[in-house]
This record gives sequence, C-alpha cells and structure tokens, in this order.
Amino acid sequence: MKLIFEKSRKGHSVSVLPPLDVETVSLPAGMDRESALRLPELSETEISRHYKELVDQVYGVNNGFYPLGSCTMKYNPRIDEEAAALPGFTGIHPLAPAEATAGCRKVLEEAGKLLGEISGMDAMTFQPAAGAHGEFTGVMLIKQYHASRGDVNRTKIIVPDSAHGTNPATAAMCGFDVVNIASAPNGCVDLEALKNALGDDTAGLMLTNPNTVGLFDPNILEITRLVHEAGGLCYYDGANLNAIMGRVRPGDMGFDCVHMNLHKTFATPHGGGGPGAGAVGCKAFLKGFLPGSALMGDNAPIQVRSFAGNFLVVLRALAYILMLGREGIPEACETALLNANYLQMKMREIFTPAFDRLCMHEFVLDLSDYKKETGVSALDVAKGLIDFGIHPPTMYFPLIVHEALMLEPTETEDRETLDRVAEIFAAVKQQGIDDPESLHTAPHKAPIGRPDEVGAARNPIVRAEL
Amino acid sequence: MEHLNYQFSRDHEWVKEEDGLTWIGISDFAQNALGDVVFINMPEVGDEVTAGDPFGDVESVKAVSDLVSPVTGTVAEINEELLDSPELLNSAPYETWIIKVENVTETEELLSAAAYEEFCETEA
Repeated sequence: MKLIFEKSRKGHSVSVLPPLDVETVSLPAGMDRESALRLPELSETEISRHYKELVDQVYGVNNGFYPLGSCTMKYNPRIDEEAAALPGFTGIHPLAPAEATAGCRKVLEEAGKLLGEISGMDAMTFQPAAGAHGEFTGVMLIKQYHASRGDVNRTKIIVPDSAHGTNPATAAMCGFDVVNIASAPNGCVDLEALKNALGDDTAGLMLTNPNTVGLFDPNILEITRLVHEAGGLCYYDGANLNAIMGRVRPGDMGFDCVHMNLHKTFATPHGGGGPGAGAVGCKAFLKGFLPGSALMGDNAPIQVRSFAGNFLVVLRALAYILMLGREGIPEACETALLNANYLQMKMREIFTPAFDRLCMHEFVLDLSDYKKETGVSALDVAKGLIDFGIHPPTMYFPLIVHEALMLEPTETEDRETLDRVAEIFAAVKQQGIDDPESLHTAPHKAPIGRPDEVGAARNPIVRAEL
Repeated sequence: MEHLNYQFSRDHEWVKEEDGLTWIGISDFAQNALGDVVFINMPEVGDEVTAGDPFGDVESVKAVSDLVSPVTGTVAEINEELLDSPELLNSAPYETWIIKVENVTETEELLSAAAYEEFCETEA
C-alpha cells in the first residue's frame, strides 16, 4: 500500500478549525521555521481509509492466537484503556501546579507500592521508557553504588549466554566489560562457570529467571549468594515476570534491583513500537541512586528521561493490577504456566521440545531433526502458520537452540484455542512432509507474502523519498 | 569430500595451511545453521587473533554470531570480497576463506574432516 505522503494531494484538507479567537503571538526573531512543514494533505475520508487499510494489514491479540515467546502478548482488558482515557489523566501536563496533579502523583505512588510488593523491592522509578531503558537504569544503580563506596575496580558484569541480547548491550552501554558464561546442560546457570567468573572485579550479575528457555533456576538463592559474597550486586531482568508474579518475588530471590516491563506483564498494549514502561525497583540501600526529573524539582543523581516517564502506561498497569487484585495476580500467573505446559504436552507429539521437562510460562521447540528430514526450517514453519490465521511464535531465539520456535500462550487463551493451535501445528508439519516447497514460499494468504529478508538486511531502505 | 585437507574447530571454523599461511573459513554445517549471511565484521590486517576468542562476527537473517579463532597469530590478509558479497559464505563455504593468519604460535585441538562430521551429528 502507499505511504500517507504518497497519497497527499495539494489542497486536500480537513476544514474543522474554528476561526482564531485569541491574539496572534510572534515567535522571537530567529526562531521562525525557514521552510514550510512537509505534512501530508488529505481529506478526512482519505485519512480514515488510509488508517483502515493499515488496520487491515495488522495482526494483533484481538485477531487471534499470538504466542510470541518472550513477549507476553496477553489480551489487554478494555477497562484499563478506559481508565487511561479519563480526561483528568489525559489533559494534564507534568508542570501543572501541584494541586492539579495530585491525582496523577497518587497513581504513581500507588503503582509504585503495588509493584514494589509484587517484586519485593522497596523503592520504584517510572522514568524508563521501556525494558532496555529499564535495564540501563538498573545497571546504572549498580554502577553508582560501587562508585559511592570508592570501589572503582569493579568493571565486569556477568551475563549468562541464555540472556536477552539487551543484557550484554546494557552492560556495555554503562561502561562495563561483559563476561559471558555458558549455560549448564539443563539450560540454567552453570554454578562452576559462575564461580570462575566471580572476583573482586565483579560489579554484578544480570539474570532473567525464569530464563529465556522458560526454566526457573533451582539454584537461584545460591547464585545471588555467590555474587554478593564476591561483592557484586544482582540485577533481575523482569522480562519473564509473568511466570512468577504473585507467587515468587525477585527481592526474595536475593536480587537488589529489577526492571519490570509494564507493557508485557501488566497488560498494556505493545508490539507496535510502544510506548512501553520499564519500571525499575530497588532495595532500600539503592534508593538514593534512583533517577528523577530535574524539571519537576526532583533532587536525583541521574535522570534517564524527561518528567515521570510514560505515565498513561503506568496508569493502565495500575488499573490492571487493581482489577486482578491479590487473588487474581497469582491466578493469572498460574494459568499462564498451566497453558504453557498444556500446550507443550500437546506439541511434544508433533515437534521435539528443546528441554523435555515441565516449563514455566513458555517453552522452546527444536526443529533441527525435522529440518534435516524435510529441508523445512523453523522459519518456513512459522511462515506456514500465518496461512492458518495464527501469529507465528518467536523464531531462532534463544540462540542456544538451533532451529528454535518459542511459544508463550499466556493466561488469556482457553483450552479450546490451545487444542486448535496444536492441530494447526500438526497440519503445518504434515504439509512440510508432503509439499515442502509450499512452506518455503509461505505465507500464501496473508496481505504480504514472503518478504525478501536477505535483500532487506543487505540493502535496507531506511529513508522514504518524499 | 573435496575438503579432506581441511581441519575443523568445534566452533565450526575450517582451517587449512597454504602458501605458508593459515586460512580460516566457516564450515558448511555453520553456514547452514546460520542461514543467509547478510553482513560480516572482520579484523584488520595486522590485528592479533587469539585461539578461542572471537575475531569477528557474521550476521545472518537469524542472528549475529561470533567467529571464533582456532589459532593465535597475526592477520596477514582479509577477504575483502566478503564485504560486498557475504553470501559467498553460504554458496561456497569451503572455497571462501575469511582471514589468513601468519606467525601462528598456538592452534586449538582440531578435528579431521571425518571426526568433524561425526561431531556435527551430535551437535544437530
């Protein structure tokens, strides 16, 4: 389809602006724009059709099953949207007088308290815009802590090889050297490798638990104890918090700071580029290092974003937590685990699980044998699933599994859906045996067929010529 | 197999000695596991490489993966053709060297072609 700029026609417009009824004010000299803004010109009808066309090309959780492993694509209840749309919240500015923002501050305070209880942390910031930004903020807490004690030779952050790529990237961004440690054969942290990596140069450990293959590390207390014993701090990546929320708390596992992806675990929309919210919590001894907004008068050592962060996302998360309540939060978590294990049991009759044991909220299939037999890759299977009207799982992640498909059904699917999904996977598997070529070129029924991924990576067009 | 004079590392690089230099590339198994290669990062001529440490990386449509050096030495040549045509790693992995190393002081324990094939069986 065409870009909105390509649809633009000079003179097309939407004439809804009332006549100007306030005095015109000129900008100070030198601040005027030198050329006119290049905005598309379309009528309201054209705009409406343009966005409807975009909507028709999009697949979301409200279209169907969306098992994108590691992304927690759960259904976002409408009531949270309604809360976030209340004019008292949408029509406010962070610099409005204190008496006008009391309600908003109460939202941040309540959300901080509840998320602190869920994560086992004493203090919270909502400044980080999303997950990776939250990681950055969390590791900056660790950095400031060591610096404040004059402990300046702690230059290394330990990251297991099963971590999200953002973990080593975050540590490097914060100026640390990254020490990668290999996983043990059971997919969890290799304690010997950890012991060998620890020393008086260890600043900290970044860990996701359950990890990216959906396994809860049974040695977690020993892991955090060892890191603390070496003088390092423990950072909890909250990417998989959905698997433990309301049941187990990172603070009780021995972690010192944590980020939570409110846009994943606490049901706010994501997948289209945001906005997200990467709330960062910490234990009391790190509280003084949390970021704040200089513009809002906070007296904080660092600032990672303007004002208080993506406030309306925090508000949606608060509405979601209050809606589920003390009973609902652990029930959602348990249902997510039950759904993942149920689907894994159905799937193991079709494809091989990478780790054949009980999983947490997600599991990984290894299609290496299937690829060897049929020539059909995990990518081909993922594309084939689109023709059956479901979103593909995450592909080729984690990297420690070669032909990986990673499924996270979340708690918002019912058993009938999971049964139907297993049937679809079986059908695609059979299709790959009977007619592999049809999967090499799939999907055939989607608005966009098989994009040229190699061409897109080698010759990306990153700028539209308008 | 036409690459019988090659030896292999457990990180799926091939090694052969020719013209007094150590040639390094990636195996057919590696290119197949990576999928279509779209970019390669290589060291510069004169850089030191260390056995067991990354000397560059390859980006495929799936992921970015380290190239792990099977030897310790100095980079004598890099295959500049790969900067424009990284797909050669997919189409002709055994004819496509990535770097040539001189002054080799240490070499990892390498596998023969037959032993490597066996190793790949257990990997896959």
